[in-house]
Amino acid sequence: MADIDYAIQATGLSKQFGSLVAVNNVDLNVPAGKIYGFLGPNGSGKSTTIRMLCGLLTPTSGSATVLGLDTRKEAEALKQKIGYMTQKFSLFEDLTVRENLEFVSTIYTLSGRTRKARVAELLTEFDLADRSRQYAGTLSGGQKQRLALAAATLHRPSILFLDEPTSAVDPQNRRDFWETLFELADQGATILVSTHYMDEAARCHNLAILDQGVKVADGSPRQLGKEITSQVIEVIAQDPNTARNCLSDESAITSITQLGVRLRVLMPKQQRDGVQLVQKRLGEAGIEAEVEAVFPDLEDVFVAVTELRRREDEGKQDSQGEAA
Amino acid sequence: MKTLLRIFAVMRKEFLQLSRDRLTFGMIVGIPLIQLLMFGYAINTDVRYLSAAYVDEADTHLSRQFVSELTATQVIDLKHRAASLQELDSLMDAGQISIGIFIPEDFDRRVIGNGRQIAQLLVDGTDPIILGVAQQLTAAPVAFDNQQRTSQQNRIVVRNYYNPERRSAVNIVPGLVGVILTMTMVLFTAVAIVRERERGNLEFLINTPVKTPELMLGKIFPYIVIGLLQLVIILSLGRYFFEVPIRGDYLHILWASLLFIATNLSLGLLLSTLATTQFQAMQMTFFILLPSILLSGFMFPFDGMPPLAQAIAEVLPLTHFNRLIRGIILRGADILSMWDELIALAVFMVVALVLSIARFRKRLD
Repeated sequence: MADIDYAIQATGLSKQFGSLVAVNNVDLNVPAGKIYGFLGPNGSGKSTTIRMLCGLLTPTSGSATVLGLDTRKEAEALKQKIGYMTQKFSLFEDLTVRENLEFVSTIYTLSGRTRKARVAELLTEFDLADRSRQYAGTLSGGQKQRLALAAATLHRPSILFLDEPTSAVDPQNRRDFWETLFELADQGATILVSTHYMDEAARCHNLAILDQGVKVADGSPRQLGKEITSQVIEVIAQDPNTARNCLSDESAITSITQLGVRLRVLMPKQQRDGVQLVQKRLGEAGIEAEVEAVFPDLEDVFVAVTELRRREDEGKQDSQGEAA
Repeated sequence: MKTLLRIFAVMRKEFLQLSRDRLTFGMIVGIPLIQLLMFGYAINTDVRYLSAAYVDEADTHLSRQFVSELTATQVIDLKHRAASLQELDSLMDAGQISIGIFIPEDFDRRVIGNGRQIAQLLVDGTDPIILGVAQQLTAAPVAFDNQQRTSQQNRIVVRNYYNPERRSAVNIVPGLVGVILTMTMVLFTAVAIVRERERGNLEFLINTPVKTPELMLGKIFPYIVIGLLQLVIILSLGRYFFEVPIRGDYLHILWASLLFIATNLSLGLLLSTLATTQFQAMQMTFFILLPSILLSGFMFPFDGMPPLAQAIAEVLPLTHFNRLIRGIILRGADILSMWDELIALAVFMVVALVLSIARFRKRLD
């Protein structure tokens, strides 16, 4: 353990807004020089966690150190070392692309000569050179995103926080964007990126799955698939709808997701002979289908862990209801 | 060095944004022009040609001479000759006249028998300014011969200092400098930080190494230049258009104005840290602007206000600036002779600036 160099460490990080618990007791260990993902639906506490790690929000309880600096007490010292790309475009729409970058380079007090060179370098690197005199407000989603990333990396931070960077971007731009992220990681930067896209999460070295402010799982995508407490059975049926209706009555099955003609059926690992159970059910109803056990992908993991939590929650609420 | 560089960065950004914001730019020039023309031309406390009617029951040579004397003051514009007091009353009720003159049947005898009232002036007192003006009419001389007139003259003589022609513009233009600066300077900075919060820029800004005082100073400086620009517009229009005499030292005007501009900008910044939306910031500005216009001595003399209003006025920067600027421009006073007003403004500025820096957090919660 001791030889792993962690860029970010957090213990028991929580944030409460009034009665709403946005982030609940999150522990994090983010290794340096890697891409770390936060996967979760909207409102799962991804942005709030990132803001706490940047020192923009004060945790209600718990603590975090980023690059060895305490985010509560040493937030100012941290600013020079981190880059932050907000979810909403936060550069100045009434300044041109070049003016925005020049502003950022001056605010980070780069020396006169490096300032000019760095701005020019970024303009080429992020393919913005021919847009340099255009107002940032008139850029397309992909261009805005490139400008925001250029601004966030301008002072060569050792950690980059990216809050849903690809939410307003088309698929081709997303691919290019991830290429850039890997290049930055190769140069030694630690990248913490939040997303609600499974394919993006799958590209991360490590990730944490957040659900309603709670970290429900973390690890590498492969590891998460292995450690999942459910088994995944794929059903390919001519009429997936009837197959789905037939299987939904089976109590051992925790979730069924339809993908075209395929159904991905989740049930606890303890359930023995899952495949036979499904085959039997379908046979009884006279439905023809191919049934096969498969390796869980990230979506399965996500469904499995969030489903598990919902059940636990419901159980809790039931017992509370009874107590009342 | 780094501090200066960061202040410069914020300043340059503000200037660039300002130069592209046409509406704000229009306000910078438009507000002084509109206000000057409105207050300089339309608003006139030296009232003339009030609608009037009279009843002359005497109808003698002397009474007719008396009526023409009154007309000659230019204070009234005689519109009707009414037949009776009742008719005069109803004209007043209908709002057709604001002054009625009643000359009784025994007018001549009353004039000779010194000491008795010779005529009656009916005044629409709903507007105190008209009432005040009507007082001027009572000074109109009436007598059978000129010798007697001289003896009737007032024993106390008014000597009009600084404004012998009794022009309102002389009082209003220097006052407008402060009103316009309050209006625009407080509003611009009150909106300055809130706007960035609304547009999302602030989340980016506070994640950079820029320090709070650097951000605040960088935001204030460009508006100081704008404030001075407005000062030049108002003073040159006042000087060459409304012929307001500038008796004091221009340098003293500059120092007083600089201090006042900085005070207003700090006050605006403070509002900016209190408001969460631009609309709220504007509402708050209004709460400063309204008492400033009404209580600062700009519209009504400070000495005439009740003690409570005076106390409120003392905590408005405009009150102190009005004393300074009127003193310098109209009386040619030395700025240092009003050192207490300077200190009052400086205290306002420092308190507002310190409070806004303390209130502004480089955090979102």
